[in-house]
Amino acid sequence: MKLRTIFTLVVVAIALGLVSFWVGQQSYGWLPPQASAESELVDNLFSFLVTLGSFIFLGVAVAVLYTVLVHRVGRYDMSDGPPIEGNVTLEVVWTVIPVLLVVWIAAYSYQTYERMAVHGPMELVHLHNPMGMEPAYAATLEDGEVVEPIEVHSRQWAWEFRYPEQNVTSAELHLPVDQRVRLALQSEDVIHGFYIPAFRLKQDIIPGKTIDFEFTPIREGTYRLRDSQYSGTYFAAMQTDVVVQSPAEYQQWLAQAASQPPQTSANRADYEYKRAAKKRINAGWKSVPPAPAPVVNYPAQDGRA
Amino acid sequence: MTNIPIEAIAAKTPQPLPGAPDNWKRFFSFSTDHKVIGIQYLVTSFIFFLIGGFFAMIIRGELITPESDLVDRTIYNAMFTMHGTVMLFLWMFPSLVGLANYLVPLMIGARDMAFPRLNAAAFWMVPVVGILLMASFFVPGGPSQSGWWAYPPVSLQNPTGNLVNGQFLWLLAVAVSGVSSIMGAVNFVTTIVMMRAPGMTYFRMPAYVWTVLSAQIIQLYGLPALTAGAVMLLMDLTFGTSFFDPAKGGSPVLFQHFFWFYSHPAVYVIILPIFGVFSEIFPVFARKPLFGYKVVAISSIVITILSGTVWVHHMFASGTPGWMRMIFMFSTMAIAVPTGVKVFAWVATLWGGKLRLTTPMLFALGALLMFVFSGITGIMLASVPIDIHVNNTYFVVGHFHYVIFGAATMGMYAAIYHWFPKMTGRMYNEGLGQLHFWLTLIGANLNFFPMHPLGLMGMPRRVASYDPEFAFWNVLASIGAFLLGMSTLPFILNIVGSWVQGKKAPDNPWRAIGLEWLVSSPPPVENFEEIPVVVAEPYGYGKDEPLVENGKVIAAAEV
Repeated sequence: MKLRTIFTLVVVAIALGLVSFWVGQQSYGWLPPQASAESELVDNLFSFLVTLGSFIFLGVAVAVLYTVLVHRVGRYDMSDGPPIEGNVTLEVVWTVIPVLLVVWIAAYSYQTYERMAVHGPMELVHLHNPMGMEPAYAATLEDGEVVEPIEVHSRQWAWEFRYPEQNVTSAELHLPVDQRVRLALQSEDVIHGFYIPAFRLKQDIIPGKTIDFEFTPIREGTYRLRDSQYSGTYFAAMQTDVVVQSPAEYQQWLAQAASQPPQTSANRADYEYKRAAKKRINAGWKSVPPAPAPVVNYPAQDGRA
Repeated sequence: MTNIPIEAIAAKTPQPLPGAPDNWKRFFSFSTDHKVIGIQYLVTSFIFFLIGGFFAMIIRGELITPESDLVDRTIYNAMFTMHGTVMLFLWMFPSLVGLANYLVPLMIGARDMAFPRLNAAAFWMVPVVGILLMASFFVPGGPSQSGWWAYPPVSLQNPTGNLVNGQFLWLLAVAVSGVSSIMGAVNFVTTIVMMRAPGMTYFRMPAYVWTVLSAQIIQLYGLPALTAGAVMLLMDLTFGTSFFDPAKGGSPVLFQHFFWFYSHPAVYVIILPIFGVFSEIFPVFARKPLFGYKVVAISSIVITILSGTVWVHHMFASGTPGWMRMIFMFSTMAIAVPTGVKVFAWVATLWGGKLRLTTPMLFALGALLMFVFSGITGIMLASVPIDIHVNNTYFVVGHFHYVIFGAATMGMYAAIYHWFPKMTGRMYNEGLGQLHFWLTLIGANLNFFPMHPLGLMGMPRRVASYDPEFAFWNVLASIGAFLLGMSTLPFILNIVGSWVQGKKAPDNPWRAIGLEWLVSSPPPVENFEEIPVVVAEPYGYGKDEPLVENGKVIAAAEV
């Protein structure tokens, strides 16, 4: 290869590298706020992949656009190009590089996944048990205090949360900040998906099983919990708020909720089903009737729910 | 041709009516000619492409505002179910089978497929599938609303309580479609293995034939799983069995395994032949041999093997344990290697060539770039921690529309333009073709790019309504969708107009190398007057060597 070609390639690669790095840094802004410890891990991995992906995409795109612009021929040019059928060195290089990249990406992803450990310690112990979901368990803290997981009940089309120690039910999920949170996910009918974008966490809830789920919220605020696994007619309406509070506020909220008598929470699916034949285009196709709106100590505060 | 052998003239007896190239009625008959069947597949599937696109525009019409305010939620759910089903089972698969049906026998120097009647029977099951699906709009309760993936328990809920319901018809249609595709796969694999012309060794086959072989092997090993899964679900729904119903002790996750064991490799059934189209078109319009032909050919087979080991990546957020997530992450990422090798080979083929930007070349280039983009988002999706965030969000929808539309459908357009002169004996209109390309490219990116930021922000897929923070990108996507819908108009005008009164096409308008270009446009019923004897590898651009030793005799049939 001529020195000039090498020099040009190096300059182009550096330029692409800089652009890709910049795009990778931008990628943090494409995601919701980082409200859980896990979200920081995911976002770093994502930024890395965006950087790498930008470099590859831009590399291919620049090569293709360059050759399209430079190597076009006139209408009456009937000549053929050089009959180059391959180049073993080049082909080996561009097979080995993707192999190395794949190993790198997979190793980084594996490491990130290990650090997230969203399924808690039991999941790791019982890895040999395919598809098995461990029953809800009570973890023992260092001082011997047993913490029961918050129960998440999903049904067509409502979320209901139960705090077993205080015997509080709520249509919103309230969580204390900076503490490892443990949930026991359950479904009463079909598969639902427990998804909080600000936490970068998602888990399908399989009916007939209890799925343990752990994570650590790190930022106070109100976020959205969405059903991520299509669950039928009013699937899109199956959303509620997640409120991350300081431990003091959280305890106060628990106490306040415990003192409130159960009341019917607003429920979008129930509301729409009862006034279904509205003005919009409606073929009158029958839907599964929604479960009654949840009756809880603490109803949904947000009109959207 | 100036010197016609006497025997060739003598052999030119009147062709039997149903097969005569100038008799349009043959397209509506039970013809066993692979070229007729190929065009039957292509035209039928394109009609369903328009229907599926119409459904897509209703979906985008609903999503242009956050509220569920255009159609009832039941209609919306039926729309995305039927959009996915029609686009996959009635557009992508049949159109690719149609293209392969037309090209494979011509490219390997055969007079027809191995089993012509089986071929025709497989085709005529496609309209049956279409009628079943369309009929489901008219049964009480409407068509299936459980999505094209039809996960139980949602798909088992049957709110009307009727025996014949939308979900029942949907499952029946999918099972029929599966049987049809298995029949096609048997035929293709047999044809390619058994019916190659003398001298057409495996490493003299065009890369397109390699990709069809690879894709059809996937159909053979994968489709039985989906078809069986559909039949079992049908029994759960109709006869009260409990394979998948958790209320009766069944496993809903087991269905997901059945479904994705086929439906992920199915993506390679779709994309592999499109890779083949790239490998045919780039050398022709760059006037250079395909770079690393043998490696490209072998990569297809490697993809076939690897594609059978990746399906659980669709279930990272389902009830799968950690070890499974890790294994399938590695296997999924491994597919990037043979795929990457192919991409680099195409870029190297283009590099330093004598490029001519005809409509097929433009579509192939656009499809290649959109494919590279989708490949990169695909690697992101393979990474478990990222997938846990974006799984079942619009990020996935954006990713696979870049594959299925950006790469596969645009690649299909490239193929249709490229072989249109061969199929019809007419040239298409270049101006309309280029207009079609630009509208499609802009429409597709405007439609599908915004889905990526939406998914990263956390907008779930399959929703009829969404939080207002997602409105901006959704408006852009909807505008793109309507533009994309309009982009089919110049195509339809071009194809219909050119077929009726286009300029007569010569045998080889692109000066391309390949057996199909040695015969007349359109080819005679028996394809080759005398079976060609192949003496060279494909893609001998710039080498000035003959492809066959009996070129004159083959071509005699065209007179």
